[in-house]
Amino acid sequence: MKTKSNLERVLEAEQFVVTGELGPPQSADPEVIRRKAKILKGNVDAFNVTDGQTAVVRMASWAACLIGKEEGLDPIVQMTCRDRNRIALQMDVLGIAALGINNMLCLTGDHQKFGNHPMAKGVYDVDSIQLVKMVKDMRDERKFQCGEEMAVEPRLFIGAAANPFADPFEFRVARLAKKVTAGADFIQTQIIYNVDKFAEWMKMVRDRGLHEQVKILAGVAPIKSVGAAKYMKTRVPGMDVPDSIVERLQGVPKEQVSKEGIQLCVDIIDQVRQIEGVAGIHLMAIEWEEVVPEIVEAAGFLPRPKFAP
Amino acid sequence: MLVVQIKPEEEILPKISSKRLFIFECLGCQEVYFPTEDVEKFIDNLKEEIVGKASLDYLCNREFVKEYIEGYSKQIKKAQILLVFSCGVGVQIVSSLLEDKIVYTCCDTLYLNGFQGLTVQEFNCDQCGECYLNYTGGLCPIAQCPKHLLNGPCGGSQNGKCEVDPDIPCVWQQIVDRLAKLGRLDKLEELVTPKNWSVGLISEPPVKRFP
Repeated sequence: MKTKSNLERVLEAEQFVVTGELGPPQSADPEVIRRKAKILKGNVDAFNVTDGQTAVVRMASWAACLIGKEEGLDPIVQMTCRDRNRIALQMDVLGIAALGINNMLCLTGDHQKFGNHPMAKGVYDVDSIQLVKMVKDMRDERKFQCGEEMAVEPRLFIGAAANPFADPFEFRVARLAKKVTAGADFIQTQIIYNVDKFAEWMKMVRDRGLHEQVKILAGVAPIKSVGAAKYMKTRVPGMDVPDSIVERLQGVPKEQVSKEGIQLCVDIIDQVRQIEGVAGIHLMAIEWEEVVPEIVEAAGFLPRPKFAP
Repeated sequence: MLVVQIKPEEEILPKISSKRLFIFECLGCQEVYFPTEDVEKFIDNLKEEIVGKASLDYLCNREFVKEYIEGYSKQIKKAQILLVFSCGVGVQIVSSLLEDKIVYTCCDTLYLNGFQGLTVQEFNCDQCGECYLNYTGGLCPIAQCPKHLLNGPCGGSQNGKCEVDPDIPCVWQQIVDRLAKLGRLDKLEELVTPKNWSVGLISEPPVKRFP
């Protein structure tokens, strides 16, 4: 065990992992986090808090993670390179570890153009792969990026993202390999709606033996409405929503669409868990956290494993 | 040509070892600054076979270069590597005109106040002081990727377009395509370490380089 992370523990025990996403509020209200954390508790092994997702100002990921930790959950802090240079990133890494947060997902970040402050200056001093390496060197070598040494290292379980649906497709697995080389312990993928393409990507992952070097959590998400499916299909960069998904939701009466969206998510979970090399799922019920218990139960993931402290 | 300095030998020599070379040398901005002696010394010390050399003004003028290199086509065909002494714009132009050739720059382009845009075209050099074109097949991720990514495309690259603006191509898609064509895609698997931004424009106060 590299850390005290519950996520790492469940993965080490070779149990199929379930993590969940928790969207922080566009306000200073801690009760939003507590309410969502109570929904997730007992249903997931760890929860992610996004870091300014789509470049919209929200509560800091580390702060919301700490509130969720107080509710008894294992937090995964998300850290993007969009808003911080290497000095700020490393300061946050030290602070996050000192607060007892054990997991960090390293991301480049959505471009500021998409958010509510498109006139902001993007930072992008380092990229997500360089961030993974930086955190690994801090943890395993006790070294800052500049090479100087530190007394107490941040013991973080290091994650990174992978998008099997972006282009160039043939380079996607190579990019995953770079993240593994850089030091990623776990990977969370983009939301999967095109299971065939994901399976094709996983085959390329297995061909390189990467599934034995890193734990891959398949990203899944329920869809609330036909409009949301169409929006993801046409407007969200890097998403692949096949026509069959939209048609399935269109095929039921309007009042049953959200129920069908939940069932669709369970069906996708059933398919991806059969794929060799998938170590777990990451469930992103964004602003719809209340359906997480239902999905996790329907997928047969309850109860979640518990370990003696 | 903007203002350049010769890259360290240890960065270039292993890449060109025992290869047949054709050399491009740009003298376009010579009146401002060109490290003539350094370039001559560098070329004189090369042990590799030099099959030809073109010294021309304004390697940044694509139409002019396109015509000019026709006279050298036999020599260029013989060469395994094209070695370019110019600013980042010149290197990108050569790469774009000779897509089936491996192009290496020997120079880092430095920032120079008030001296940009002698020829107006689509190729840009941010004068970042640490040129990556040898790694990316002559396409610049610093000047053309909105996130300045150095280790490959982000998750928003789709159908060859950049997520930030569908009117601009994803330079990383172009880099992958170019290197795949050259059979050198494996080169992109090396981890690129964080960039030294202090040698470029963005972090530095304006520098007075010449009296």
